[in-house]
Amino acid sequence: MELILDIFTGICFFIGSLSIIIGACGLIKLPDVFSRIHAAGMIDTGGTAFFILGMIFQTGWSLITVKLILIGVFIFFTSPVTSHVTANLARQKNILPLGKKIGKIL
Amino acid sequence: MKSLILFFILLTLWLLMSGHYSRLIISLGIFSCAFCVYVAKRGKLIDDEGLPIFFIPRLLNYIIWLLKEILKSNLSTAKVIINGKVEPETFTVKASQVTDVAKVTYANSITLTPGTVTTKMEKDVFEVHALNSDFGNDVRTNEMDNKVTWLEGKK
Repeated sequence: MELILDIFTGICFFIGSLSIIIGACGLIKLPDVFSRIHAAGMIDTGGTAFFILGMIFQTGWSLITVKLILIGVFIFFTSPVTSHVTANLARQKNILPLGKKIGKIL
Repeated sequence: MKSLILFFILLTLWLLMSGHYSRLIISLGIFSCAFCVYVAKRGKLIDDEGLPIFFIPRLLNYIIWLLKEILKSNLSTAKVIINGKVEPETFTVKASQVTDVAKVTYANSITLTPGTVTTKMEKDVFEVHALNSDFGNDVRTNEMDNKVTWLEGKK
């Protein structure tokens, strides 16, 4: 039983690390601010969610599990706000995104 | 009524976070939760916006759907980054929710799924930046909009 849980934790940590590495590559590789926010969003959601899931497999049913889930909930509430603030500030400085614009832009 | 609900939510949070169940600690918890509710009531913070309880009945269903959606778009964002086929596009969508909390929930959900970011909002029109036309089409089909309107439950 211990072994199975350890394997699940390993798989979760592997997927989490992979998505953080890909997100970090995207942060450098993608062309402009707005595209880079998508890569940062990937680190925020995919990376942290899988790491927290892996840690939950290790703790089992205890109060620490509840705390880990609460950490996940707070990250899920705050990360879109920071992304939106970054994007909105770039728009206020009149930086227009690359690529095509469909319809009328605000 | 609403302050009572807020009090019990805070008390549950206190009991889960502290993990000590002696008489002194619990009475301190009850006292501080009551004080927080009093301050919130004096500041007129307890309304539909401060405590959106109308979300609760359908919340679990929505969160499961959102997590599935996040997983899917995480995969496609990883693919786009590895392939390097980036064709960003910007467009506007209309939100059909009534309350401000639901609109914020919709905008946050768009931002939370990688590949789409809400860059600006004005009343009920959102400006959305997408990494690729596939991500853009996902938002433009209004599936998420309908889900959030259903979550709000006012129509």
